[in-house]
Amino acid sequence: MTTGVAEAGDAAVVAPSAAALAPAARRSRRLPAALRALRPVALGLAALVLLAALWELVKAVVPEDGWSIGELRVLPRTTDLAMPHVSEMLARLGEPLTSQPGADPLWLAVLRAGGTSLRIAAVSWVIGVVVGFALALLMTRFRVARSAVLPLVVLSQTVPLIALAPLVKGWGAKLELGFTWEPWMSVAVIASYLAFFPVAVGALRGLTSPDTLHRELFAGYAASWTQELVRLRLPASVPHLLPALRLAATSAVLGVVVAEVSTGMPGGIGRMILEFANFASSDPAKPWAPIFGAVLLGLVASGAVALLGTALRRFRRAEVAA
Amino acid sequence: MTAPTTAGAAAPGTPGTTAAAVQVSGVGRVFPGEGGRAVTALEHVDLTVGAGEFVSLIGPSGCGKSTLLRLIADLDSPTSGSIAVFGRPAREARLGHDYGIAFQQAGLLPWRTVRANIELPLSLHGVGRGARRERADEMLALVGLADFADHFPDQLSGGMQQRVAIARALAERPSLLLMDEPFGALDEMTRERLQSELVRICAETRAAVVFVTHSIPEAVFLSDRVVVMSARPGRIAGIVDVGLGRSGDRGDGLREDAAYFAAVTAVREALHGGAESVPSRGVETR
Repeated sequence: MTTGVAEAGDAAVVAPSAAALAPAARRSRRLPAALRALRPVALGLAALVLLAALWELVKAVVPEDGWSIGELRVLPRTTDLAMPHVSEMLARLGEPLTSQPGADPLWLAVLRAGGTSLRIAAVSWVIGVVVGFALALLMTRFRVARSAVLPLVVLSQTVPLIALAPLVKGWGAKLELGFTWEPWMSVAVIASYLAFFPVAVGALRGLTSPDTLHRELFAGYAASWTQELVRLRLPASVPHLLPALRLAATSAVLGVVVAEVSTGMPGGIGRMILEFANFASSDPAKPWAPIFGAVLLGLVASGAVALLGTALRRFRRAEVAA
Repeated sequence: MTAPTTAGAAAPGTPGTTAAAVQVSGVGRVFPGEGGRAVTALEHVDLTVGAGEFVSLIGPSGCGKSTLLRLIADLDSPTSGSIAVFGRPAREARLGHDYGIAFQQAGLLPWRTVRANIELPLSLHGVGRGARRERADEMLALVGLADFADHFPDQLSGGMQQRVAIARALAERPSLLLMDEPFGALDEMTRERLQSELVRICAETRAAVVFVTHSIPEAVFLSDRVVVMSARPGRIAGIVDVGLGRSGDRGDGLREDAAYFAAVTAVREALHGGAESVPSRGVETR
């Protein structure tokens, strides 16, 4: 009978808080709905337009020879050679790659090269995530591993990527794996060297993020380490892991571009940047095309990870609540 | 009172058990401090909590009441003495899931719904999906949150979160419930309501409870016995037998009862004056 009284009392107390919750949720959900999803895209486009406008402004305002203070040039030359008009760069994308008859339009060539690089970047991202996560798990499980491996992980990033390129290429050629070691595999391995780092650090932070309270709760349940990992540490690591994955994606793209250049692998966007740089004086808008391609690659890569983030929304509730 | 009562009937593990819920004998806990300066958190503590008994631990900050609770829960080990839970060592009791536990912070997992939070200990211990769901429904009804089963913790008030934590602690029908200031972070009104609820829940489940608190009225209202502790080194200063009747009979009216105030006074004097000044009625010193 006390039950009835207590529950009635609760209902009365509970009701206003539930009522208070509902309108807040409704307000933020109903109002822009579809618009809100487009907001970041619109803002991104606006930023691009602004950048283009700034470019043209500099071209219009700054003298052709740039601005110098004494001998030091503080603003670059603004000739059509050094800074082509935005419209020229865009128009060049629509023109054929070369003057040969039947040549592909430039944009298609850039996209094709971008596709090649993106595929390699995806492979290197996966390698980086797997290796980085495995290291983080090891460091979470064994305290000794943390003090031994973490400094090495940090140290690894001080070795310049170009120094590694010939090494990896050489090792790859010597390996006998039952399949032929393709040049793109070297590129993927080199780029993953850049991608694994944020994952290792971010995952370690995430996996060690549960507080004492939760760990003691699981200890009280006599949960095994695996249970604690799956039910507590992995879900708790998601808010730390997502930015790391995103960073790894852009690092992978960057790594692929640099590795293509330093291993001399043809077909990708990195090699294209190098080749087109030769046209700087004869066809000044051309070198910008693969640069736009590389930017697009980075956007696609981090956008793909952002999608992953929305799929894991439920594990990011703590971020919002706190 | 339909479903919860049938759930509670199964609670007191082995019927007619002779082993006390908790048996603390000569327990001490020394924390090694900096520069060899060890801190004695607990010294020569003896305490018996009977099956189905509600015992509160009260005392000033640093008296080791939380440490004692953590020792019983086997989240920490005593440096001397021994602790038995239902006749077996604390470690075995923990591995055997003998107790439920709730802390000052609700400690719900933010990515799990209320229902999934309550089901957590059950799923960790391999209870099947159907049984889990059924048990969670019972618990949700018991703490009056049936309408909030699919909410996430960040959508609940502090009081509601704490009730989920209590439901989670009770999900495995433990015969012993360990609570470390579970209402400490709540406002007074919510606190009193949850106290009344806890009294009712304990009556229904017949679990023994060890309850750590800072609040004298809370300890007196809830408990069969109040263990008063003193600090530096932490030890038991006195035990006040509240004797306000079985928990099932306690209502909010009790808060204005003369016997209640007498017990509050007895606990207060035991806290401030040591055991000697405590009136002899209903007091035992061990």
